[in-house]
Amino acid sequence: MPNNIAFYILAALTLCSAIAAMALRNMVHCALCAAGAFAGIALVFLHLDAEFAGLAQILVYVGAVAILVLFAVLLTRGEEIKANIRRASRSWFSGVCASALVFAGIIVPIAYSPGLKHTPAATASAPVQKLGESFVNEYVLPLEVLGLLLTAALLGAVVIAMQDKKEETKSISQPENHPVQKEAVQ
Amino acid sequence: MIENADQIFVILLHWLVGLVPEPWRPWLSYLLIIAAIMGVFGGLFAAATIAERKILGRIQNRYGPNRIKMFGIKTFGLIQPIADGIKMLIKEDIVPHAADKVVHYLAPIVLTTPIWMTFAVLPMGRNMTALDMDAGILFYFAMGSATELAVFMAGWSSHNKYSLLGSMRAIAQMISYEVPLVLSTIPVLMLAGTLSLTRVVDAQGGYLLGGFIPHWFILTPWGFAGCIIFLLAAMAESNRSPFDLPEGESEIIAGYLTEYSGFKYALFFLGEYVGMLAVSAMLVTLFLGGWHAPMKALEFIPSWIWFFGKTICVILLYIWSRATFPRIRLDQLLTFSWKFLVPLALANLVVAAVWHFTNGWATPLWASVRWLLCLFLIAVPFVLLGRSLDNKKQSPRLYHYAE
Repeated sequence: MPNNIAFYILAALTLCSAIAAMALRNMVHCALCAAGAFAGIALVFLHLDAEFAGLAQILVYVGAVAILVLFAVLLTRGEEIKANIRRASRSWFSGVCASALVFAGIIVPIAYSPGLKHTPAATASAPVQKLGESFVNEYVLPLEVLGLLLTAALLGAVVIAMQDKKEETKSISQPENHPVQKEAVQ
Repeated sequence: MIENADQIFVILLHWLVGLVPEPWRPWLSYLLIIAAIMGVFGGLFAAATIAERKILGRIQNRYGPNRIKMFGIKTFGLIQPIADGIKMLIKEDIVPHAADKVVHYLAPIVLTTPIWMTFAVLPMGRNMTALDMDAGILFYFAMGSATELAVFMAGWSSHNKYSLLGSMRAIAQMISYEVPLVLSTIPVLMLAGTLSLTRVVDAQGGYLLGGFIPHWFILTPWGFAGCIIFLLAAMAESNRSPFDLPEGESEIIAGYLTEYSGFKYALFFLGEYVGMLAVSAMLVTLFLGGWHAPMKALEFIPSWIWFFGKTICVILLYIWSRATFPRIRLDQLLTFSWKFLVPLALANLVVAAVWHFTNGWATPLWASVRWLLCLFLIAVPFVLLGRSLDNKKQSPRLYHYAE
């Protein structure tokens, strides 16, 4: 019974943060509430003894994705857009239909999956060592593909940053651009 | 008797828990462990602040705090933390009118809570791990990454340009130095073959050469390099001088702390010091053998004395470096992380792999060959990367908005 109480508290926390992330008017508040929802999901993972998934969720989503979202919000000047947002969209009906379809698309396969019929194991089902072994043996190809994809993204980011720097070194190498000398010429 | 001194806290806990009826026992056990961690590390926090002020004073040829008296007795400033605590508690808590009140209120709480939680997975002595997690190291870094969000909350909610600039600096610094911090621990995980901190400490037990040389990871080439990288990255992660740009008072007042006063400021202060304690304890656990004694002959001293003694030595090293190094510039800070520490940590991974595959070289001659080979493999990238940091080869610093 105490286990269930913990689950309900975590579920309420996650759902409230998720609803607040949708409903609040200030974009930064929304992003912070989304981070709270991520943390709630991570706690549910930890509650289910999935240590690695839960901690990776905190490390990636709360530590990195939430910060990225916040930077994006600050860079796009969310506060100016705020005034034009209407709380209830005119196309709310199609929105509800779409979300119901997506929800059904997730819940139906889960309900009919054979995994539900197994009784859960008494001890932690996925120790970190087993997880690591299956990563480098069974799932090595997806892991390598993911690594390649991320490396490509990293190189792309570096290339974008490099171009900016080249132009500026060019401009600084021309002595006319220096403000002090410009004033002296004038 | 020696056994008892080593296990005194474990025995005490079992005795106290045994006093209450059965269903309450786990709850009392959790409560006592939490109280012990908060008491001991809270005390260490107070001791660290006074030690820092006294040692900085000595190094800078002044007295440091020395006036405070209690009941008319001179204490040579040693109870200064109590006076500071009372002062912080009774100070007015000023919240700026334009501040985002809720976020401003929550930021110090979000900062300090995860930092306190990191102590749960640290093995503080034989059988003295509060929460022996299978993925303890991952837990530590997950909790550490949550503090970035708190720093952003503090800076943004203050509605002050210095606060926002300070928090942006802090986040850039924390994200940059988290990479070498995590990469420098990976060799330890590879060689110990586990993510559990208890088993990392177990892997460093035992002695060589008749009990004189311990089996600590710092005494291997990859462990030494990893330890130095971890030390530097940890210094930057906990915003300690010479990496204290987020609070550089000569540039941006106090960074994200500018609009905080009273006890909320004290909580940030506490978070910084307790974070430093946690990262020092982590360094001791990963590289300095945890609670193991440095010599077999010294094993009669209780394990927890060794753990806390080593942690205090690392903290003294932090204080010493604060007094002796000037603050570095933001571009130097980021260059140092991405162009020096990260490549060096990656090279260290290769060295750890070589060390792992030459495990069979057991005779004294081959063991020294293995040691020197690994030292060579890490020394070459160190020298090459160090040369690339040479100031003459770098383009002049660009001031994007100042011209």
